[in-house]
Amino acid sequence: MSDAESPTNPTLAPDAQTDDFEAVEVFPESTDMDLRPGADHCYKCTACDVSCPVAEVDDEFPGPKFQGPEQWRLKRKDDAAVDDSIMSCSNCMRCDDACPSGVPLSQMHNTARGEYVDEEMDKLSREYIRNRILANYGTLAQLGSMFPRLTNTMMGNSVVQKINEKVLGITAERDFPEFATQTFREWWNERGGPQVRSEDKRVAYFHGCYSNYNTPEVGKAMVRVFESFGYEVVVPKQRCSGTPMFANGMLDDAKRAAGINVENFSGLIPEGYDIIASCTSCSMSLRQEYPELFDIDGINDLSEHTYEALEYLRIHEDLEGEIREASVSDQSFAYHAPCHGRNQGLDRQAVELFRELDGVDIEDVGDSCSGISGTYGWKEEKYDKSMQIGADMFDHMEHAEGNVGMTECPTCSMQMEHGTGYDIKHPLQLLEEALV
Amino acid sequence: MAITDDVLVIGGGIAACTAALSAAETGARVRLLAHKKSTLRQASGLVDVLGYVDGDGPFSDPYAGLDSLPEDHPYHIAGEDGIREGLRIFDEAVGDAYQGGHTDANALVMTHGGTMKPTARYPESVAPGLTSSSGDMLLVGFEGLTDFDAPVAADHLTAAGVPFDVRGVTVGFPKSFRSDAKVTRFAKALDRDESVAGGTVRSVLADAVAAELDGETRVGFPAMLGDDHDEDVRDELADRLGVPVFEVPTGPPSLLGLKLEDMLFDALDEAGVRISSGNPAVDFEAADGRIETVLVDQKSRMTPYEADQIVLATGGLVGKGLDSDREHVTEPVFDCYVPHPEDRYEWSDPEAFGNHAFARFGVVPDDELRPTAEDGEPHFENLRAAGGVVGGADVAREKSASGVSLATGAVAGRLAGEEASQ
Repeated sequence: MSDAESPTNPTLAPDAQTDDFEAVEVFPESTDMDLRPGADHCYKCTACDVSCPVAEVDDEFPGPKFQGPEQWRLKRKDDAAVDDSIMSCSNCMRCDDACPSGVPLSQMHNTARGEYVDEEMDKLSREYIRNRILANYGTLAQLGSMFPRLTNTMMGNSVVQKINEKVLGITAERDFPEFATQTFREWWNERGGPQVRSEDKRVAYFHGCYSNYNTPEVGKAMVRVFESFGYEVVVPKQRCSGTPMFANGMLDDAKRAAGINVENFSGLIPEGYDIIASCTSCSMSLRQEYPELFDIDGINDLSEHTYEALEYLRIHEDLEGEIREASVSDQSFAYHAPCHGRNQGLDRQAVELFRELDGVDIEDVGDSCSGISGTYGWKEEKYDKSMQIGADMFDHMEHAEGNVGMTECPTCSMQMEHGTGYDIKHPLQLLEEALV
Repeated sequence: MAITDDVLVIGGGIAACTAALSAAETGARVRLLAHKKSTLRQASGLVDVLGYVDGDGPFSDPYAGLDSLPEDHPYHIAGEDGIREGLRIFDEAVGDAYQGGHTDANALVMTHGGTMKPTARYPESVAPGLTSSSGDMLLVGFEGLTDFDAPVAADHLTAAGVPFDVRGVTVGFPKSFRSDAKVTRFAKALDRDESVAGGTVRSVLADAVAAELDGETRVGFPAMLGDDHDEDVRDELADRLGVPVFEVPTGPPSLLGLKLEDMLFDALDEAGVRISSGNPAVDFEAADGRIETVLVDQKSRMTPYEADQIVLATGGLVGKGLDSDREHVTEPVFDCYVPHPEDRYEWSDPEAFGNHAFARFGVVPDDELRPTAEDGEPHFENLRAAGGVVGGADVAREKSASGVSLATGAVAGRLAGEEASQ
């Protein structure tokens, strides 16, 4: 017997039943994205809540299960608004990785946060303005880096920091990241663009804001390493990847940035270019968040051709073989895998690779979140929680053999430095030292 | 280029970890390829081998029931040697954190519902609470922590006729959390021994329990007595109460399961097994009856992984190593043959705890644990299967889930490692 067979009640002929049948719209509102299947897949096992670093330290935060599928259902009712606790989600996306049932939790959180900011947040509030400034770090950095020395002096001034905290709600506990005296793009133009030309080995570099304005040495390392493998590297004009905007519910800003990035990068794909990022949040954004949240021509193509830099070399070159042949002067590292790297399955690759490198001692400092989560740890009211989340990582770093930290994520590296005082390197910098 | 190893184990649970450790012992270069966090987080953390066959039991000797198992049971391929091999790998991986290895006999461990489970290995923190050892018991539950109702569990145990007195009480936890706080929140508060009115979490809790203690010689709590500093927590509580303290395994999310997962992954690291996690294996490329490349869906883009030998340890229906729709049951990665009745109403038994066909669904292994097609021939020369994806065992009724994973993992991993190293 199958489910399609008629019911046993003889008074109801199957035909009569279908004639009278009217489909009931359970959730009448239409949304851009149909998140219902995701909500239906949640079987309330709470694996997401257990892996949420914010819920661990913030008793007021109801956790990813509530923010995702439960809230999605609640707000089907006309009178239910998005709960303001959504603004406490740091967008680390660990819940995605924990869910055994494939619920698109971070997508649900990003959508709910966008809706909350659009419909419920006072656009003149200090919080909104502060969040908008933090989310648009790229714009801020563009201004700041025009006069890097002046900006660095200003932002390092404790009076300015106090004002930032009092007026804007940006914590005074942290040192503002220094701007490089020459941005990556300035360096790139000065050297005259690509030094290697190739028909079949081509990559387009998504440097993101941080390696452009703050750590151009990471971008330079990426270029030199890829050129040493014979790749033609191009650096298209680009905007912020959107990560801080998703995390602050600024979906309109993110969509504008995404539109420009998709336009400038996806056109290169037919010419044989793959897209490479050195920041794991940037690659995460291009790969996962773009197609989840926006409908833009070429967005899926971009997603499918985006790689993290080390990952790309592992797949396309005999990177391991090269590393085994190489050696560097003795150094030892405490490595932290950023959440967004973890969610792309990249959490082990740096340790796995550099274990084979002569002269290097590298230790994974465990799977705890660093706690800064981009802009989250810069907010005055979140600072303490951010440091509590990071406490495990600081502790493990201090117990590790290494006295230099390593990570792919710019904000994780700020937090590592802030919590331990260690210098932090990007894997590409070590790769450059070993291979170039 | 692809990412290349000798042996690729697909999965992240007990079977996958055991297979990877077993393969690594042969000297092969091994990679574990796990998708999401494993179902160990939902598991009790107990390791069973065989407790019941067809409703008979509980067996005190897990090996005694092997001969009565159905013909197609995976234990018949792994054999008693395979089971012992799996337990050896497990014991070496977890060290002193688990007990039970001193004897072949099953221990009876109480569950959070107050039933008893015949178990081969159990966490050290569970040991003082074995119902197969004597001593009156006080069970302590907490208001707000609904996972464990101590008075109900105590009544269940008493009704089961245990040869000692059991009493259950519910106390307030020294620190109040939001009403749906997770066990991890309780565990962290105990770990850090946070300050509360009247002292610290540990001391105030001990005082509250001491006031309830009435001559019992052991005290049980739901498994939430600390995470990183669990030994300190138990020692301090035992010290303050003057009697041994134990944990009762709970449902998901299970701290004992989480800790076991950590231990197994640490053991993999130690053994030099390489780990890639976070993305699912979804497809493959094969030639001449051999799998050459496994394709991993890395956020909508395929990443190729190459290996000489593959072990499939993706779990059963719950772990999503098997998939089903209204007509078919399938193995989604390699599309291996999974026999099942055509009529879906024969997949299950009307009785909730009956002899369900679905419980035995899985791939059909040959004598080397290679999944076979309908004609009985292996699908691929270099593909083996282990754990829940293998059919023929009704692990929930038999209390054999971990044992089947350990035994098939050990055998499949060793065979794969030996082949690859040749």
